[in-house]
Amino acid sequence: MTYITKPVNHHPRLKINKLGLTRRDYEGPVSTLCAGCGHDSISAAIVEACFQLNIAAHQVAKLSGIGCSSKTPGYFLKQSHGFNSVHGRMPSIATGANLANHELTYLGVSGDGDTASIGMGQFVHAVRRQLNVVYIIENNGTYGLTKGQFSATSDIESKSKYGEDNLFPAIDLAGMAIHLGASFVARSFSGDKEQLVPLMKAALSHKGFSLIDVISPCVTFNNHKNSTKSYDYIREHNDSVASMTDFIPIGNTITGSYKQGKNLDIPLHDGSILSLQKISKNYNPENKIEAIKKIQQSEQQGKVLTGLLYINPKAKDLKETLDIVDTPLNKLVEKDLCPGKEKINQINSSLK
Amino acid sequence: MDTKYLFKRHNTWWVKVAVPRTLKKELGFDLRESLKTHDLNEAQKLRWPIVDQFKSKINIARARLENKNLETKSLINAATHNHMPVTDTSDPQYYHKVVDCQYACPAHTPVPEYIRQISQGNYADAYMINWDSNVFPGILGRTCDRPCEPACRRTRTHEKPVAICRLKRVAYDHKGDIRDRLPKAPKKNGKKIALIGAGPASLTVARDLVTLGYELVLFEKDPQAGGLMRTNIPAFRLPVEVLDEEVNQIINLGVETRFNSEIKSMKSLLEEDFDAIFVGTGAPKGRDLFIDSREEGKKNIHIGIDWLTSIAFEHTTSIGKKVIVLGGGNTAMDCCRSSLRLGAEDVKVIVRSPFEDMKASEWEIEDAMEERIPIIDNHVPKKFLLKKGKLVGMEFEKVKPEYDKNGKRSLIPTGENPIIMECDDVLVAIGQYNAYQWIERDIGIEFGEWDMPVVDKTTFQSTHKKIFFGGDAAWGPENIIWAVAHGHQAAISIDKLCKGEDLTNRPDPMTNLVSQKMGVHEWSYDNDISQDKRFLVPHADQKVSLKNLKVEVELGYDEKLAFEEAQRCLNCDVQTVFTESKCIECDACVDICPTDTINFIANDSEEELRKKLRIPAINKDQDLLVSEQLATKRVMVKDEDMCVHCGLCAERCPTAAWDMQTFLYEESRTYSNCTSMDIKNNQPKYA
Ligand SMILES: Cc1cc2nc3c(=O)[nH]c(=O)nc-3n(C[C@H](O)[C@H](O)[C@H](O)COP(=O)(O)OP(=O)(O)OC[C@H]3O[C@@H](n4cnc5c(N)ncnc54)[C@H](O)[C@@H]3O)c2cc1C
Ligand SMILES: Cc1ncc(C[n+]2csc(CCOP(=O)(O)OP(=O)(O)O)c2C)c(N)n1
Ligand code: SF4
Ligand code: SF4
Ligand code: SF4
Ligand SMILES: [Mg+2]
Repeated sequence: MTYITKPVNHHPRLKINKLGLTRRDYEGPVSTLCAGCGHDSISAAIVEACFQLNIAAHQVAKLSGIGCSSKTPGYFLKQSHGFNSVHGRMPSIATGANLANHELTYLGVSGDGDTASIGMGQFVHAVRRQLNVVYIIENNGTYGLTKGQFSATSDIESKSKYGEDNLFPAIDLAGMAIHLGASFVARSFSGDKEQLVPLMKAALSHKGFSLIDVISPCVTFNNHKNSTKSYDYIREHNDSVASMTDFIPIGNTITGSYKQGKNLDIPLHDGSILSLQKISKNYNPENKIEAIKKIQQSEQQGKVLTGLLYINPKAKDLKETLDIVDTPLNKLVEKDLCPGKEKINQINSSLK
Repeated sequence: MDTKYLFKRHNTWWVKVAVPRTLKKELGFDLRESLKTHDLNEAQKLRWPIVDQFKSKINIARARLENKNLETKSLINAATHNHMPVTDTSDPQYYHKVVDCQYACPAHTPVPEYIRQISQGNYADAYMINWDSNVFPGILGRTCDRPCEPACRRTRTHEKPVAICRLKRVAYDHKGDIRDRLPKAPKKNGKKIALIGAGPASLTVARDLVTLGYELVLFEKDPQAGGLMRTNIPAFRLPVEVLDEEVNQIINLGVETRFNSEIKSMKSLLEEDFDAIFVGTGAPKGRDLFIDSREEGKKNIHIGIDWLTSIAFEHTTSIGKKVIVLGGGNTAMDCCRSSLRLGAEDVKVIVRSPFEDMKASEWEIEDAMEERIPIIDNHVPKKFLLKKGKLVGMEFEKVKPEYDKNGKRSLIPTGENPIIMECDDVLVAIGQYNAYQWIERDIGIEFGEWDMPVVDKTTFQSTHKKIFFGGDAAWGPENIIWAVAHGHQAAISIDKLCKGEDLTNRPDPMTNLVSQKMGVHEWSYDNDISQDKRFLVPHADQKVSLKNLKVEVELGYDEKLAFEEAQRCLNCDVQTVFTESKCIECDACVDICPTDTINFIANDSEEELRKKLRIPAINKDQDLLVSEQLATKRVMVKDEDMCVHCGLCAERCPTAAWDMQTFLYEESRTYSNCTSMDIKNNQPKYA
């Protein structure tokens, strides 16, 4: 743990966004995680993405469960709303909050333990219902907070830091989310912000359930030679379907690095464009079957597939499915909710 | 003395020999080997064979490279064209440059080191660190031109610099009795040196050489030593007691003084049996203004520096009620403030140029303005006005500045009516110059442009091998700290001359780099950056200070203020040292760095790299720290310009690839007896 606070002193030429804020304004207190933890890099990527999208921090709700990963909302977006819930129960809190006020941007942060073990029952339903949330799994293949037990995403051939074999196969949360109907599914690596930040920006602009499974090495318990979630292993086995993702927010002119024809452009519901520079030639992330096939193929080849794996920009989210009024529920007053005596009488008499 | 091959790591001594730039690829940064001992004395003995071994290894590699170079030169050039080489941090100047204040100081005083001593209450230690390098801490702590302050790293993040100069004063004010720490002159070595002029330049040479056993004879035309520090810097800025203490401190080491002895002929001095002569006679002449009625009004028209001298020696004790001071430099500021204290009621400073272009230091102008002295700019003096043979005023022409394409300024008359100002006295403070009528032109000293002697910039030797120049005498008016820096270099040269050594072979500075790690996240320096604004130095009540020439205006920081101000220092000498082999490229340091200085990026030419960093590095005065290639084929590039030395990169690094190490840089001097390094314990002497 670092004792001092990060000094407010900053580079005088730090960029300023449309809200007049710098990236530093989106930070939080110094992390108490182990130095070098992948989770901290993900926090930094969230900070960068929110800064670039000119998001007002008080319009964001950060929700999490329990785990090192679930602690991280304490270390970014200090002005945002937050709820650090019970182990594995973040999806319920997210669902409730979302229904109460759908106008906020919901950022769920969870771990592989929090999601794939204790929280699995909650997770699958949030996906299935197309809850409008960006759900980030900080996937280190271990229970970091409780000192390094295998999690349900640890690969079968991997070993613990102390040498035990992992006897059970891993759950692939990204593949599973596609099966369950998630409309935005990506995988990335905490050590590759060039890929991660644009993915986050796209996820934040996408309507519906967005999952980003971020491989995030646990430097303390799962960064050893026999780990398949170490910095070295991921760097060696990373197979990117659509790296160099470029996300073009609404109304922004296309940047210089953007090359027409070579990119696959996917318009999102709000008019922004997700532009993918395709590395893998015939990959179409709008094709569910292809996505699932590709994920499994890579797995068989011992590769970690990263990038935007699947997207359905036209999916209906939970609010649409339930046909909920546009005014957020927490803003409806008695007058809106109670039809009044006369109306009740009318209804009552119609039932006589 | 030669400790540069030894360094300490994990409590054992190692030998390190730097590899020349051209051989880095083949041999790496430096060659090093542990001596496997904790004991310095033993290490001293063990090191030489290993040093020799390393040196021969380098020589062999060099020979091989030179043969190969013939064929592959063009290839190598092409390769380095789009790659920045690995930074050679073993070059003493690399980290020195990062310590902006020390680098900017002409005498290279280890500033952060003495500031840390102040914050620990070790005032005497802080004083001695200063005394070693700048000789006059009490004087300079009140009067220094402080080139260190505009360089201070605090200004990078748009804050006011640390009050480096006034903290130096704190070291003097609170030092207590340090007499037993001063060196004693050893047995005389039989060499005799003459010093002409007793200003700071000569006194520095005296301090540096008397401690080596030289016999020094100091000739001064005035009755006391100190030069312009005594005759021109007014007592309300520099109390006589402070001056006396620090000047006598040197003379009492055993310097022979000959006061009231103006040297009138260099030729006859040369005939005496001196082994070397140092000329530290300053720039003793004040510039005059020859306009109408100068001669007729001379009774009430004074040359600024001469007038200040006559105040210092109490020949002048009063002045007229209305005073005009001509000039925009520091002398003008001292003249106007002195006038007020001698009883003038209406004092004005009149400057030819625009206010922004005034030569005086910002703080001197501020102090004059605080005493409500008006500064009137863009007025060119045209004539002195007399009535019945007595000066009554001056006539000025109003001008406005115009700048041409190259930014060159000219002052264009506005065409308005001439401006008349009344006055009883005029002080002309428009510059100083040197005068060498006493040096014969046939004795081997070559004179060049402006009738100034030709002096070597490194050795301070004139074209006569025994005669050296320094301070204002060498290249015209500067300031005290430059005079001191010149003095140190001249002393080195004189020592070398007397030993029959090559003067151009200058001694290396002494450096040391020591880790400050104490625990996982604990450092032996305070890395939590103070967010306080610069503290103001309290001033004496003007009701008292404006009436008495001898009342010091500034009161200095008390201990509490000194502590708070010292906390503002960023400890820029605590360097970020990167070990590429340990880095796992986790990005933790990149994410935590408050000023975005750290980058992991594909190598490129310097120009391209500077552009491609997270925030482009535009200040070319500061280097980029470039690592060897890492596992991902990228390199770590750090922009030294913006680092605030918070140590967070090292705290958040899981593998200790970053370490915070204190870099001590001691400029070489002949007086080396008292360096701030305690080599035996491998830590600063005064820690
Ligand atoms: C009014 C004024 C204010 C200043 N204020 C500051 C300040 O606040 N801070 C700062 O850093 N600098 C200041 N300076 C500049 C600073 O005083 C000089 O740069 C510095 O003193 C130069 O030192 P020096 O040893 O070269 O020569 P000097 O200090 O000029 O000393 C030369 C000495 O040589 C003697 N001498 C000359 N010719 C002969 C001879 N032929 N024989 C024997 N003796 C001789 C002179 O009497 C004199 O004592 C100021 C200068 C002036 C004029
Ligand atoms: C109900 C409940 N059961 C068990 C725990 C103990 N526990 C705390 S964190 C954790 C695992 C966290 O793993 P993961 O979500 O992967 O987070 P990481 O620390 O790896 O980021 C467990 C089992 C708990 N806090 N609450
Ligand atoms: S235990 Fe692992 S997951 Fe938890 S903070 Fe440390 S490195 Fe990160
Ligand atoms: S010490 Fe490290 S973290 Fe702090 S400013 Fe310098 S490079 Fe950045
Ligand atoms: S924190 Fe350390 S290991 Fe991580 S990237 Fe920085 S230097 Fe390398
Ligand atoms: Mg985990």
